[in-house]
Amino acid sequence: MSVDITTVKRVARLARIAVSEEDAARMTGELNTILGFVEQLNEVDVRDVEPMTSVTPMAMKKREDIVTDGNKAADIVANAPATEENFFLVPKVVE
Amino acid sequence: MTELTKLTIAEAREKLKARKISATELTDAYLGAIDAANEAFNAYVAVTHDKAREMAKASDARLAKGEGGALEGIPLGIKDLFATEGVHTQACSHVLDGFKPRYDSTVTANLWADGAVMLGKLNMDEFAMGSSNETSYYGPVTNPWRAEGSNAQLVPGGSSGGSAAAVAAFLCAGATATDTGGSIRQPAAFTGTVGIKPTYGRVSRWGIVAFASSLDQAGPIARDVRDAAIMLKSMASVDDKDTTSVDRAVPDYEAALGKSLKGMKVGIPKEYRMDGMPAEIETLWQKGIAWLRDAGAEIVDISLPHTKYALPAYYIVAPAEASSNLARYDGVRYGLRVPGKDIIEMYENTRAAGFGDEVKRRIMIGTYVLSAGYYDAYYLQAQKVRTLIKRDFENVFADGVDVILTPATPSAAFGVADQEMNSDPVKMYLNDVFTVTVNMAGLPGIAVPAGLDSRGLPLGLQLIGRPFDEETLFQTAHVIEQAAGRFEPQKWW
Repeated sequence: MSVDITTVKRVARLARIAVSEEDAARMTGELNTILGFVEQLNEVDVRDVEPMTSVTPMAMKKREDIVTDGNKAADIVANAPATEENFFLVPKVVE
Repeated sequence: MTELTKLTIAEAREKLKARKISATELTDAYLGAIDAANEAFNAYVAVTHDKAREMAKASDARLAKGEGGALEGIPLGIKDLFATEGVHTQACSHVLDGFKPRYDSTVTANLWADGAVMLGKLNMDEFAMGSSNETSYYGPVTNPWRAEGSNAQLVPGGSSGGSAAAVAAFLCAGATATDTGGSIRQPAAFTGTVGIKPTYGRVSRWGIVAFASSLDQAGPIARDVRDAAIMLKSMASVDDKDTTSVDRAVPDYEAALGKSLKGMKVGIPKEYRMDGMPAEIETLWQKGIAWLRDAGAEIVDISLPHTKYALPAYYIVAPAEASSNLARYDGVRYGLRVPGKDIIEMYENTRAAGFGDEVKRRIMIGTYVLSAGYYDAYYLQAQKVRTLIKRDFENVFADGVDVILTPATPSAAFGVADQEMNSDPVKMYLNDVFTVTVNMAGLPGIAVPAGLDSRGLPLGLQLIGRPFDEETLFQTAHVIEQAAGRFEPQKWW
């Protein structure tokens, strides 16, 4: 399978990365090189093979459903580019 | 003072305990070495002079009372991927500009609890995506090794290029690193250092910037096998904050060193003999086989039939996980923000400006293979192939093989801005051809220096072990180290 420039622009939109026409053209070639490389996986017989979901055979650790951490609003917003009273500030989303 | 920086962790530990040297002296020696040489290497992206001296002073106070942890007073470098409280933590990406976490990763917290001293943060490929350290926002790192009779600047490998270069150039006693497809073992091999990627789940991933969560593991890069064993003991832990951290006591890895290899079965996988592999790598591999046989191990030929599919499967699984993990860099909670006419444009502009080309490439591949209509063809197929890769290893271990010996990399270090590597992303990816299988199967792997090539550049061998059998890796790597000797670059800086 290979991608064309329209697909590349659509994927960039999904990935929320602004791309210029020039970027998209360059990326099309690069992505096709990589997709060409992974194509060989199709020759592997995977009948009756389960997809891997966990590399170590272990049950997910569980813990009691209680609060163990928190009350750190100031720490959480400390690195944000724009905040007000412990809220993250973003451009207006709804008119 | 410079000879202080030549001490291994084990040697420094003895001298510190015996109060023959102080942690402050040792730390000052390293800070002096960094200040004098970092410009040549670009290994550190932040040097924490004050914090280092403060930590060393506290170590001296504890040592004076006859107290102190396993790494008391040992100056370490920390890969920029590990969260360090109040200190530069940016995964060497522009998108994390100015990020200073309010907490430490579990690994670094473990190291500080054992008395280690932080010298600073080490350069790396952006978000650990690369095999040459050239994708870093902070520029490439220079390998302390040069080919004989040449001044050409070589890469230290990647993504833990800063860690490997700093260890090899005596700019820290040891360094933390991470490995998603070979990012500890390949740079270790390129710099004549020892690097171990532990079993998935052995070291907590909490507080380490995520790349591909089902593959990422942290481990040390050190000057020799003993130092790597000492560091891993402190880095590893059982951690409730990482649900994939395995509930298993951390053994004393150092105790495995010096044990006989009698009765041990070493597997030699025929699929690791690649077309176009330099003859010197094959020769080195044969040397390694002979050393282990001489030490009493039984050598057996084995087959890992799905080896060649590990790298293509990795380039689906890792970008898929990365595209999801890196969705968080949106200009809202931390780092860079580039404004736009609305919130979507702000996200798009921030990510376009903040991510480098390789990171964008991987996010794009990951987004594509997970997108509607392609999931089964790519992602599901890759995860099935991954099951087969793991099964190959399980079969040979079930047949009684204790450890597998392979080359660490298909070549020695190459040049900075190598045209062939940089013109084709897949060429660069092939650096990880021998290491990536280990991540796909969640196994432990260690790279140990085994010799020099005809140009005088270091080459490494890799040992792959059963899950959670890091002890056998240290034991076997130590035998190789004893036979091969240790390798130091000629000082030109």
